[in-house]
Amino acid sequence: MKERLPREVIAMRVAKEFEDGDVVNLGIGIPTLCSQFVLQGRTIIYHSESGVLNCGPMADSGKEDVDLINAGGQFLKSVPGMAFFSSVDAFAMIRGGHVDVTVLGALQVSEKGDLANWMLPQRGVGNVGGAMDLAAGAKKTIVTMEHVDKNGNFKIVNDCSYPLTGVGCVSIIVTDIAVIEVAYTGLILRETAPGWSEKDVQLLTEPCLIIPDDLSEMEL
Amino acid sequence: MTINKVYDNFHDALKDIRDHATIMMGGFGGTGGMPRYLILALRDQGAKDLTIVSNTAGIATAMGFGTPPGIKPIDHSVLIENGQVSKVIASFPVSPSPSKPSSFELAYKKGKVDLELVPQGTLAERIRAGGAGIPAFYTPTGVGTLIAKDKETRVFSGREYLLEYALKADFAFIWAQYADTLGNLVYRGTSRNFNAVMATAATVTIAEVNEIVQPGQIDPETIHTPGIYVNRIVKRPNN
Repeated sequence: MKERLPREVIAMRVAKEFEDGDVVNLGIGIPTLCSQFVLQGRTIIYHSESGVLNCGPMADSGKEDVDLINAGGQFLKSVPGMAFFSSVDAFAMIRGGHVDVTVLGALQVSEKGDLANWMLPQRGVGNVGGAMDLAAGAKKTIVTMEHVDKNGNFKIVNDCSYPLTGVGCVSIIVTDIAVIEVAYTGLILRETAPGWSEKDVQLLTEPCLIIPDDLSEMEL
Repeated sequence: MTINKVYDNFHDALKDIRDHATIMMGGFGGTGGMPRYLILALRDQGAKDLTIVSNTAGIATAMGFGTPPGIKPIDHSVLIENGQVSKVIASFPVSPSPSKPSSFELAYKKGKVDLELVPQGTLAERIRAGGAGIPAFYTPTGVGTLIAKDKETRVFSGREYLLEYALKADFAFIWAQYADTLGNLVYRGTSRNFNAVMATAATVTIAEVNEIVQPGQIDPETIHTPGIYVNRIVKRPNN
């Protein structure tokens, strides 16, 4: 039975990529969920464009503080070790290469690691927010998304048809059926979800995937 | 000379704003850090054809961004609905949810308001440059995207960069937690956001605050925005 992984499990798999001590910026959606699943023994420092470092869990209902939000506008709980700063500093951290990993959602990712995630052309207007800064400035960009869109169209494509966020910026793609590494040689299929074969994944991926000898089943 | 930057009311603090002014407005998008009393006063003041420089353009009103249940958001939508805005310079102008369009999005689609979309870090840095006397700078953000259209580029150490120009404004609307009478400001939590940098980049910077104290009552080590950047201070009503 081929089941697609739920959003929490995709987030769980992404969180395995975080190294002890990494400064991590999480985008809106599946990426936000990653902070719940950090491996034991690893300390991760979360950064948010709203101007806070070392942000942690969300505030309890009824305890929302309008002066304590993340970049998605969600209310944060006050935790020891937090630091507040202006938007200039929030982005100097990103643009100056001080953020180790960013996890972003995507509409499309190309074979060369180009990312499109800020505008559906049919809407005619979109939000760039901090995504272009993160794509250009973070040391490593991980994309999390469903492998195909809700109409079954490829999201991992030869060339992005949607407006780009960054060129050649994506390192790893984690979807509901696979983990794919973006390499100079092309897209390397590293892991498949339980029940999914390399052929199944290739059928839902436009570029030709490189299948390494050590392809494995996704472990969490 | 006695320095007195304190205004008794919002009406007096912004009565010299003319049509076609460019106004920076602090805040990230939610209720925290949004200079909402200045926004309401500007609606009553009525200046038109304004250019607004802000991170967002009314997403709190559209979808409750950064606003707890039970609180009515006040943001740029007030001015857009009142027909006072002709251009927005922002990074996150529309609601993330297309089914909840903001007043800005509706006006933009009718061609009533222009948009200059700027990546958030580039927006912050352009304002910083404006306040620091730097006319332009290079950044890799946006290379190869629609943002790069018609922009000069230059290669440093093998990487391509875009030339981005400084941003200044006629007025800046700033939200701060408290001020002293010299205009030294302290923010709170994530509400510092664009407020701190916008305070530096306008001809006239107006701050709305919860409390105004005497010089010496704020520890100089903890001041976020030194008073040199702040021209006018108004106390928000207690509520």
